[in-house]
Amino acid sequence: MNENVAALVPETALVAAAVCGLLAGSWLPRRRQWAIAVLAAAACVTGLVATALTMATGREQAVFSHTFVIDTATDAGRLTVLSALLLIVAMSSDAVRGHKRETEFHVLLLLTGAGTLVMVGANDLLTLFAGYLLASLPGYVLAAFAKDAAGTEAALKYYLFGALLGTTMLAGIALLYGAGGATLYGQLRIGLPTAGYGLVAVGLVAVLAGLLFKIGAVPAHFWVPDVTQGATAPVAAYVTTLPKIGGLIAGYRLLHQALPLSEVNWPLLLAVLAAVSMTWGNLAAFFQTSAKRLLAYSTISQVGYLLMALAVATRSDLAQRSLLFYLAAYALTNLGAFAVVTALPDARSLEDYRGLARHRPGLAAVLLVCLLGLVGTPPTGVFLGKLEVFSAAVDGGHTWLAALAVANTVASLFYYLRWLAPVFRPPGDTPDRHALAGALTAGTAYTAGAASLLLGLVGGAVLPLMTGPLLR
Amino acid sequence: MLTVVTFLPLLACAVLALLPRTVGDRACVLVWIGTAAADLALVVALWAGFDPYGGMQYEQRVRWMPSAGVSYHVGVDGLSLPLVAMVCVLFLAVAVYSLRETRRVRAAAGLFLFLQTVSVGLFVALDLILFFVFFDLSIVGMYFVIAGWGHGERARAAALKFFLYTFTGSLALLLGFIGLYLAADPHTFDLVELTRSNPLAGQGLYAGLVLLAVGVGLAVKTPTVPLHTWLPPAHTDAPAAGSAILAGVLLKMGTYGFVRIAMPLLPGSWRQYALVFVVVGVVSVVYGALVALAQTDFKRMIAYTSVNHMGYVVLAVGAAGTLVGSDAQARSLAVTGAVVQMVSHGLLTGALFLLTGVLYDRGSTYAIGSYSGLAAHTPRFAAATGVAAFASLGLPGFSGFIAEFQIFTGSLASQATATAIALLGILLTAALFLRALRAIFLGPPRLPAGIPTTGIVDLRPSEAAATVPLLGLALIIGVVPRFLLDVVEPAGRAVTELVAR
Repeated sequence: MNENVAALVPETALVAAAVCGLLAGSWLPRRRQWAIAVLAAAACVTGLVATALTMATGREQAVFSHTFVIDTATDAGRLTVLSALLLIVAMSSDAVRGHKRETEFHVLLLLTGAGTLVMVGANDLLTLFAGYLLASLPGYVLAAFAKDAAGTEAALKYYLFGALLGTTMLAGIALLYGAGGATLYGQLRIGLPTAGYGLVAVGLVAVLAGLLFKIGAVPAHFWVPDVTQGATAPVAAYVTTLPKIGGLIAGYRLLHQALPLSEVNWPLLLAVLAAVSMTWGNLAAFFQTSAKRLLAYSTISQVGYLLMALAVATRSDLAQRSLLFYLAAYALTNLGAFAVVTALPDARSLEDYRGLARHRPGLAAVLLVCLLGLVGTPPTGVFLGKLEVFSAAVDGGHTWLAALAVANTVASLFYYLRWLAPVFRPPGDTPDRHALAGALTAGTAYTAGAASLLLGLVGGAVLPLMTGPLLR
Repeated sequence: MLTVVTFLPLLACAVLALLPRTVGDRACVLVWIGTAAADLALVVALWAGFDPYGGMQYEQRVRWMPSAGVSYHVGVDGLSLPLVAMVCVLFLAVAVYSLRETRRVRAAAGLFLFLQTVSVGLFVALDLILFFVFFDLSIVGMYFVIAGWGHGERARAAALKFFLYTFTGSLALLLGFIGLYLAADPHTFDLVELTRSNPLAGQGLYAGLVLLAVGVGLAVKTPTVPLHTWLPPAHTDAPAAGSAILAGVLLKMGTYGFVRIAMPLLPGSWRQYALVFVVVGVVSVVYGALVALAQTDFKRMIAYTSVNHMGYVVLAVGAAGTLVGSDAQARSLAVTGAVVQMVSHGLLTGALFLLTGVLYDRGSTYAIGSYSGLAAHTPRFAAATGVAAFASLGLPGFSGFIAEFQIFTGSLASQATATAIALLGILLTAALFLRALRAIFLGPPRLPAGIPTTGIVDLRPSEAAATVPLLGLALIIGVVPRFLLDVVEPAGRAVTELVAR
């Protein structure tokens, strides 16, 4: 039995940094608590280096009785999660500097990051649920971090949804265990096809309910706009990025590894969910006037595009790499947009961004790259991701879904342009709301924007890293 | 070499962005003119070394995203080289015209340089994704030109409409490209390889759907009736320089797509549905001319004549796909005519839109009814506009005549009825241009209210330097067209053979 703890360096690094940070933070004076942010960043970098080493030396393996696997999807997911976490730590540092709970903020981020990593590599229903809890619980606390009315309400909504759908997921796991006689994906793959159709279908839907909550897809999306708007900007960046990476890779692995032979028509279910998600998110985003709320709905529609890859998980060879690449591109682009929002704490409504191109040309450029990127304008990373996802959908026989996604992409252009138009208009008579939160936040925005553009240009080098078999 | 031609303007754009703010507007425009002139000189050098019978030349292929079947592949042949040259000429003209621009000059120069890279890149691209990248970026660039330098609040609405419409088209195009990519074995987006392997031969409905997606995408950009409704507001509210590029260069991206992508890559379905394109072409010709005739706004009228002129091109490419009743020579004549029409329309409409900008600069309105007897005050302006209008309506001696003559001769054999109806378009265009010229330039002198008679200035040197060379080139092509036809004809024949296989 393989019990190689060294294979879990990224997860361990995050948890160890969380524990050390919590202890150290209790003794550090408030003005020196920035050290915990550095510790968090160091943990992310350690994880990134370890993942790069794993990829370079080809040490793919299944550990701990196959409950956790380190394969192409885990590697790509780890890289994305850790890079995203690093960006979030960087963009939040100005906002929480000197805050009386600065240490707690970073510790919670590290813990939720560790939970996300567990979800990414989980090859067993119970491991998946453990990851789900570890990723979710710190998230609820983060949502209420500011202790204001909006944040508290958001956290309560987030928590209630999470608790309800988490319990549903646990019930689904029990049903699948009853049907397949195991919780390991590899054994479910053999066990589920012979089990009762209804049992498997209900169990799967219940498990998916938990994952849909994590990724914020319709119909489990109601918390997304409220949490995104109610929480502070860096937390909003986190809740719209990290859980999606964990939930989508976990969902892909579950469908691809445990249910490829099942009679349950999950491809259709996922296709419908994708279609509803992208359409609903877009329609709701149309006339939003708050920048954060607009981004919240935009992330719901983005999840719709990402779910397309899950719908064709077993039907197209392109599905895996399209999902992994799109996730990486989406994470960078979405974080870039949120970094701009974080960097301009006074600008709340779209109209507040008027004249930004004159006052802060750099941030305006980042916003241009990221918003057009989210539309899918070449040559940004999301364009390549969309290209791959659309190709996968057509290849998997869901041409109608690709056509609907195209229609939605056009529709989404409308609301992204509603935001970009004031940015490039000359400043009006209203007071200037473009005070900068801090240099580090702005720097994060530049980094994320540049990375999102670069990912599209060097996609050729990145795509092969995302192609490879999943381990059982 | 082609890479240098393509990215030189982008480099200049980056330099402009990094220059300190103390550098004046005038210097920015001079950098812009210098870059555009250098780019044109490079293209002339390319043309000098070009062998008309050599097929694809100056090719360059670099692995970009091998696992996704995408490469950076550029090259020129007889179809693209004249268009690249036209693009560079037009951008130089716009740069010279913009010497008098006063609003946010540095940003304007940067944006137009970016657009030049995008336009040249599109015409030299030999990879579908590379083509698509430039296709989409041209929309983004033009959106900012219209929204940023157009006429007020309406311009932003027009820019949004333009963006939404053409973006829809571009995504339809992308779906079609994905269809082609998945059909090829091994999967690839490479134009040359796809042309060679003809992956959709005999695939019936699937090939038809791919052609539908590609056709709709290109038809929006061209634009043809009934997908043209974004064009009039975009032109009316765009600045003159933006209109010249929009009509002269961006519209050609659609028609160029037909001869570069739709015809060689989907020959079977192209032949099958050629009649659809012929009908759409003829409807665009007649409808565009009729609606133009009804306009009271000079710029809007010219915008509609673009629909009419692009209709000839679509008619020609449709006729080139009709094998029954035509021989290879007639079909290749039609394709050659289509390419020459693209070049000719680029030069002439570019000049016309720049001249319209002069009109707006003097009178602050495009309304034909507000002007009368302008020739008395501004003889040079009247002469230039008159020449441009006559050339545009297809007067012998100018490039438009050569193009339209070839199109009609090439199409007559297989599509006699359609060609006969399309001839009506020429008549209508002549009528509308003469009517507009008479109203604006002849009769008792009258200017829009609030403009003093003494305050109106004739064509300034920079304005003349921007427009007259364009008309001169159209004249040269009209009188001694061999230098152009020698390049286009072999490529036209090659396309005809690809369609007939």
